Amino acid sequence: MSATPGRIAFATVVAFLGIAPFLPMAGMKQYMLHVVIQIFIWTFIGQAWSLMGRFGLVSLGHGAFLGIGAYATTLLWNFYGLTPWIGSLVAVALAVVMAFLVAYPCSRFGIIGHYFALTTLAVGEVVRLLIIAERDWTGGSLGVTLKAAGDASFIALQYADKQVWYYVGLVLWLAGLWVWARLDRSMARAAMEAIGEDETAAASVGIRVTRFKLWLTVLSAALTALGGVAYAQYITYVNPETLSGIGVSLRIVFAVVLGGMYSLLGPTVGTALTIALSEWLRIVFGVKFIGMAETIYGLLLVIFIIFLPAGIYGSLADLVRRRRRPAAAPATA
Amino acid sequence: MIDPIFLLEAAVNGIMLGGVLALLALGLNLIFGVLDVVWIAYVDLVMVSMYAVYFTVMVYGWPLWLGGLAGVALGVVLGLLVHVLIITPILDSPPVNQLLATGGLLFFIQSFATFLWTTDHRSVRIALPPLEIAGIFVSYARLISFVLSIAVMIGLYLFLTRTYIGTAMRAVSQDRGAMALMGANPQRVYLVTSAVGGAMAGVAAVLLSIQYSVHPYFGAAFGPITFMICVLGGLGNMVGAFVASFIMSEIIAIGGVVWSTEMGYVIAFALFIVMMFVRPGGIFARRQ
Amino acid sequence: MLELRNVTAGYGAFTALWDVTLAVERGEAVAVVGPNGAGKTTLLRVISGVIAPRGGDFVFEDAPLGGRPAHEIVAHGIAHVPEGRRLFPALTVTENLKMGAFLRSARKDFRDSLERVYALFPVLAERHRQRAGSLSGGEQQMLAVGRALMSRPRLILFDEPSMGLAPVMVLRLFDLIRRVREEGYTILIVEQNVRQVLKLVDRAYLLEVGRVKMHGRAAELSEQDFVRKAYVGL
Repeated sequence: MSATPGRIAFATVVAFLGIAPFLPMAGMKQYMLHVVIQIFIWTFIGQAWSLMGRFGLVSLGHGAFLGIGAYATTLLWNFYGLTPWIGSLVAVALAVVMAFLVAYPCSRFGIIGHYFALTTLAVGEVVRLLIIAERDWTGGSLGVTLKAAGDASFIALQYADKQVWYYVGLVLWLAGLWVWARLDRSMARAAMEAIGEDETAAASVGIRVTRFKLWLTVLSAALTALGGVAYAQYITYVNPETLSGIGVSLRIVFAVVLGGMYSLLGPTVGTALTIALSEWLRIVFGVKFIGMAETIYGLLLVIFIIFLPAGIYGSLADLVRRRRRPAAAPATA
Repeated sequence: MIDPIFLLEAAVNGIMLGGVLALLALGLNLIFGVLDVVWIAYVDLVMVSMYAVYFTVMVYGWPLWLGGLAGVALGVVLGLLVHVLIITPILDSPPVNQLLATGGLLFFIQSFATFLWTTDHRSVRIALPPLEIAGIFVSYARLISFVLSIAVMIGLYLFLTRTYIGTAMRAVSQDRGAMALMGANPQRVYLVTSAVGGAMAGVAAVLLSIQYSVHPYFGAAFGPITFMICVLGGLGNMVGAFVASFIMSEIIAIGGVVWSTEMGYVIAFALFIVMMFVRPGGIFARRQ
Repeated sequence: MLELRNVTAGYGAFTALWDVTLAVERGEAVAVVGPNGAGKTTLLRVISGVIAPRGGDFVFEDAPLGGRPAHEIVAHGIAHVPEGRRLFPALTVTENLKMGAFLRSARKDFRDSLERVYALFPVLAERHRQRAGSLSGGEQQMLAVGRALMSRPRLILFDEPSMGLAPVMVLRLFDLIRRVREEGYTILIVEQNVRQVLKLVDRAYLLEVGRVKMHGRAAELSEQDFVRKAYVGL
C-alpha cells in the first residue's frame, strides 16, 4: 500500500470521522467547541470558493453571497417570522440569481483573470454598501441581532447548545468534502482544469466553457450562501463587515490558498490554521494591543504566499510525493 | 424635488473629487500596465502617507508644504519597499498569489495603523473659507487639490512621453521582453515604475488629507472605487482611467446628494458591473 | 570581433547546441543557416543573453559576455532585430527609435542617429508621428532595423528576419539588409531562407541538430551539392 497524498488525506478523514462524533462528549471546553465550529463552517465556505478558484475563476467577492445568505434568513425571521428552513431556500435562490447575473455575462464576454477578480470584488462591495444603505432594515454598519425564539427552537434553528452546532458544522464540512470530491472525480475534471489553464485549448476540444463556468459559479454561490446562513444562525448576529465586502472575501481566499486549493484537505487545513492563528493571536494580545493580532496575521499571510506558493497542504503533499519518488523511479533525474 | 443648485454644487464637487481619484487610478494603472500586478493595498499606502502629513503638520508643526513633501517622499519609499520586498519575489507567480500577497499587505497596514494610531479620525485642519461662485459654494481645499492633481497629471504625461525612462515604461507595458533588447534593465524599469506609482500615491495622500480625515480604514473606503475606475477605463489604459475617474466621481457626488453616500457608491458599482458586460475591455477598448 | 568557442547550451535536460565554434570579423556579414530545430534560435539566445551557455566561451571585442543579461550585452555594442520585429505598437515611429537609443552612450547622439536612420529609410521620416502598429509590414521591418541602428551598435543580429513574410517582401527585406551592410555595419544573420541569405553574406555556418555541420565562404557553400539539394532547392 503506497502512501500517496490522496490516500493519506482519505485515511485522515476516515480516522477523524471515527472520533469526531464523540469529541464534544469528552468534555470539550465551550471555547474549543466554538473554535472547531467556526473551522467547520468557514471550511465549508472555503470549499465552496475553491470549486471556482481551482478552475481559474478567482472571485474576490464571495462576501456578497455570504452576506446574502446571512441577511436574507435573518431579516425574514426578524420581520416576517419565516423559519430559516425556508428562509435559507430563499437565500440560496437569491445567491443563485446574483451569481447567474454576474457569471453569465462574465463567461459570455470572456471576462477572466484580473478583470474577473476585480468585477467580483465590485459585486462584494455592492452588497456590503447596499446593506449599509438600507439601514432601516439591516441596522446599517451596526448590524442586526437575530430575534431570539426561546431556547432550543427547531423551527427557528437557534440552539444555545454548542454541541448541536458542532454536529451541524461536521455535517456541513463533510458535505463540502463530498461535493469537492465529486467534482474532482467527475469526468469533466481534466477538461475543466484545461479551462483553468488555457481557454482556447479547452474550447477547441469542444468543452462548453460557458456552461461549466456558469454551473461552477452558481454552485459555489449557493453553497457559500448556505454557509452564510449557518454562520448567522450560529452567531445570531450579522454585520456587514464580517459577512460581506472585501475583508471577509479576502479571508476566505487566503485560507484556501494557504491550505492549497488543488487538494481535498487544502481548504480544511488552511481554514483551521488561519482561524487557530487569529484566535491564538487574539488570546496572546487580548485587548492590550488592539490591531497587533491582525498585524501579525497579515504579515504571516504575505510571508506564506511568498515562500509557500502551493499552500501549506499542497507543499506538504509535494514533499511526500518527492520523497517517494526516488524509491519508485530512481532513473529520472 | 431637489433644488437644482444642490445638484450643480454636487456636480462641481464631483469634478473636484474626480481629479484626486484620477491620480489614484493613474498610479495604480501605471503599475498594472508595466508590471502586470494589481496592488490591492495601493490606497492603504495612501493612508500611511496621509498619517505622515497629519503628524508632520499637526503634531510637529511643519508648514503644510513641507509636510506635503514628506508625504510624497514617504509614498515613493513605500512604493519601492512594496516592489522590492513583496512583488519581486512573486513576479512570476500566478495572479491569485500576487493579489493575495498585496491583499495580505492590506491587512497588515490596516491593522498596524490601528495598533499604532487607533481608529480615531484625524484631520489636517487648514482654515480656508469656502469660495462662493454664482451661488455655489466650493471648498477652497477641494479647488486647490483639484488644480494640483491636474498639474501632477500633466507632469506625469510629460514624464511618460518626453523622458527615456518614461517612454520605456510605456514600451514595457506593450512588450515585456523587447525593452531588454534595447539595453534597458527590466528590474530598473520596474523599480522606477513602483517609485512613480508610490509618488502618485503620496501626492494623492497630501491632497486627500486636506479634504478628509484619515483613519486606518481609509484604504477600504477608497480602494474598491479605485479598482473599479481602473477596470472601467481599461486596465493599463491611462486615458481611460482619467475619463472613468470623472464619470465615477460624478455618480458618487450626485447620487450622494439625491439619495445617500452609500447609494451613490452602489449606483457607481452597479454601473461598473453593467459596463463590464457592455464593454469588457473598458470604455476605451478598441473593437477587435 | 565576435567569437564563440565550443559553446554548449540547452534547456533543462535538453541540449540544443553542442560545441559550437563560430567567429565574425569586423566588417563581415555572416549567416547561420539550417533547418528548423537545428539550434539557430538557441545560438542567438546565447548571444543576446536570454539564456546562459552551459559551457564554452562567448567573447565580444575581448569582453567575455557568456551568461551576461540581455541589457548588458546591448550595452557592449550588439544590437538586435528580433524575430517578429517586436516593435512597440502604440508608440510612434520616433518613440520607437528613441527606445532604440535607450543606452546612455547612445542618447547623446540621438539627433544624429535619427537623421542617419531617416536618411536610410526616408519613409520613416514621413511617418514619424504615426503609431508603429499602423505601419505597413515593410515599413515595420524598416523601423525594426532602424531601431537597432539607433543604439550605435558595432554588430547587428538579425533573427529570422524573413519569417512569415510574403516572397516579394523577402526580396525587399534582403535589399534592406544589404543597404545596412553597405553602411559598414558588421552583421550576423540567422535565417532559414538559405538561398537568399547566401547571396547577401560573406561567410556562412550550416547548423544541423545542434552542431556546425559545415562553414565557409557563402559562394562556395552555395555550390556544394549537399547544400544545393537540401536547402537551396535547385
